[in-house]
Amino acid sequence: MEKVSNVSKVNSVILGIISLFFIHSKPAIPEKLSEYHFFVGDLKNLSPREDIIPYDLNSPLFSDYASKSRFLWIPKGKQVSYNANKVLEFPEGTILIKNFFYPISESNPELGRRIIETRLLIHESAGWKAYPYIWNLEQTDATLEITGGSIPVRFKNKKNQLIDFTYEVPNINQCKGCHEVNGTMSPIGPSVRQLNKPYSYDHQQSKNQLLELKERGFLEMSEDQFIHAPKLVDYLDKNQALADRAKAYLDINCAHCHNPDGPAKNSGLNLRWNNLNIGTYGFMKSPVAAGRGSGNLKFDIVPGKPNESILYFRMNSKDPGIMMPEIGRTMVHKEGVELIRDWIREL
Amino acid sequence: MKINILPFSKIILFLTSFSLAAQTNVEKKLLSQFLLAENNSLIQLEEGTINLQKTLPLDGKKNIIIRGKGIDRTILNFANQTSGAEGIKITNCENIILENLTVQNAKGDLIKTMEVKGITFRKIKAEWTDGPKSTNGSYALYPVMCENVLIDSCIAIGASDAGIYVGQSKNIQVRNSKAFQNVAGIEIENSLFAEVYNNQAIGNTGGILVFDLPDLVQKKGGHVLVHDNLIQENNLPNFAPKGNIVGNVPQGTGVLILATNNVEVFNNKIINHKTIGAGIISYYMTEIPIKDKAYDPYPAGISIHDNYFERKQTRVPAKGRFGKLYRFVLKVGKTPPMIIYDGILDAKKINSSGELFPEFKICIRNNTNQSFMNIDAEHNFKNKSWDVSPYDCDFVNDKKVSQWKK
Repeated sequence: MEKVSNVSKVNSVILGIISLFFIHSKPAIPEKLSEYHFFVGDLKNLSPREDIIPYDLNSPLFSDYASKSRFLWIPKGKQVSYNANKVLEFPEGTILIKNFFYPISESNPELGRRIIETRLLIHESAGWKAYPYIWNLEQTDATLEITGGSIPVRFKNKKNQLIDFTYEVPNINQCKGCHEVNGTMSPIGPSVRQLNKPYSYDHQQSKNQLLELKERGFLEMSEDQFIHAPKLVDYLDKNQALADRAKAYLDINCAHCHNPDGPAKNSGLNLRWNNLNIGTYGFMKSPVAAGRGSGNLKFDIVPGKPNESILYFRMNSKDPGIMMPEIGRTMVHKEGVELIRDWIREL
Repeated sequence: MKINILPFSKIILFLTSFSLAAQTNVEKKLLSQFLLAENNSLIQLEEGTINLQKTLPLDGKKNIIIRGKGIDRTILNFANQTSGAEGIKITNCENIILENLTVQNAKGDLIKTMEVKGITFRKIKAEWTDGPKSTNGSYALYPVMCENVLIDSCIAIGASDAGIYVGQSKNIQVRNSKAFQNVAGIEIENSLFAEVYNNQAIGNTGGILVFDLPDLVQKKGGHVLVHDNLIQENNLPNFAPKGNIVGNVPQGTGVLILATNNVEVFNNKIINHKTIGAGIISYYMTEIPIKDKAYDPYPAGISIHDNYFERKQTRVPAKGRFGKLYRFVLKVGKTPPMIIYDGILDAKKINSSGELFPEFKICIRNNTNQSFMNIDAEHNFKNKSWDVSPYDCDFVNDKKVSQWKK
């Protein structure tokens, strides 16, 4: 135990030096993921050091059925203020670590998994920067690939069907295609409404993630704020109301671009969870510059008629000139498309 | 037998994997050049054709030139695109020049530039090479939300929406360029201070369009000059996917002004259009419901003067709403007017005797082979009128006088 914490202290210093480097000089980006020392033991086990905090989201972005494990590191002594509506404003030096992997078989997790990529979002002095690291086949390390890559992947899904496809690792600019607010890069996931859920931390009972961040001294949050914190439902949870599930789905999968400050603001469509204007939310809204993405349909959402709704049409397509989101998937998210279809049908 | 077959198949395997790898390496190298471009630098593209599978993105850079060895000498072909909808995508930049280059066959738009201050397209050919098809991408050259846009000596072919499309931008020049076989040849949409001159828009569905549409971030466009262009035989059947506004443009349209203000169209040759030579219409003609309260659907302050019109004797195509309107309601299927105005008036823009205030006037004057009709769409076409005299005015000078009076 003693040894581990010593190692962890040393690593913490190294990480501190790396983050100082990002903040104060032109960053020399480590070539290998292992150089960051985020994890202890075998890298592929992704066992985080004590000061690296795992987290999860209520309603995650669909990325070709990839499973994700997420971690964050905040420099010691720094704090994040509570914010009910926006992504938390993490301090300079913060690193978000997102690992994308596929179990060999989704119904049989003991068979192991293959990690494809680890994306780092690092809050440098000049703002957030994204760095994709692609894992080797041996799963011993991952290498920085700013141009992204196309990786052939095979896995068995929950229905035991063999899925064989090419996973697209985004290049550093494509990362920004989604991670953009008013022209600058920003994280998408870690907002209060997404983090507001229990998590099973090692050797501990499950605890609300917001409380964990507060207890570690990183989140400034009052009792009152915690009680009233917004919470998205899990869009896959069929026990939740259809409208809440659809709202959560569109918020994380679409609204990172389709909001008044996002890269798709020119479309005039705003799919943020808190947009109450049904016109800009897409109801009977004519498309703008959709081209053949319109699919010969006239409106984004026609209540009661999914087959006449452009939203449903574009989510259900794999054609790069039609599909939405434009990047981040090559497959259709069957469950998501069904959810949106059912929701529009019942409007 | 086996001994012979095995090495042979291995050689084939080796060769295929080698050529695939080589392909990817060229693309990867080019992609890195875009991703890592330093400010104040040149990205030089060599002569030859490069086949690309992914968008080439440039983001957050200043003072970059992307330069090929010439139109049809350096060709970027996106026919086998697997990811990203655009060919080249330039975002959040300042002072970018694209020149001497051909870009082909992207799944979505060929070159999209968004939120760029200072963007020049010079000697760029942007085309879909398989003719006009609804499966072609939307826009060939597509600056949107940009400032200081120059499109000079470019060629745009085959877009299923607009060949040269400038949207929600400010300070724009489109000149010396050619647009063929697109739905819209050149379109200026919700944009301010644009000058479109010395261009050729030939063989599209509609030649030059100036539109203001609802539900957009930049609400109001206007102050557009369209002059000294050759706008000819834009009679291509409309192949835009439905749902897009240009899908409403009737086949055989020369110039169409939709709900914009302060547009001056002069010294153009507008020749052989089967339906409309020049049209001035409100958004109501699209029959699309308007939910945007800040949107002004009426055209205002429009001047069409000193153009040359010509039309071969031929019937207006019966296809589409305009065709039917012309033939069966207005009964001008054989000899349509060169210029039409829908006559739908905004109560806020007229004085007590029902005339438009000077700054909102519609002026038609001194065009060669001029013929005009107010189709009176507001009263179900009942009082259609060939009389141009109420519109015989000099908008530019009248407006100056009225401003001086104030």
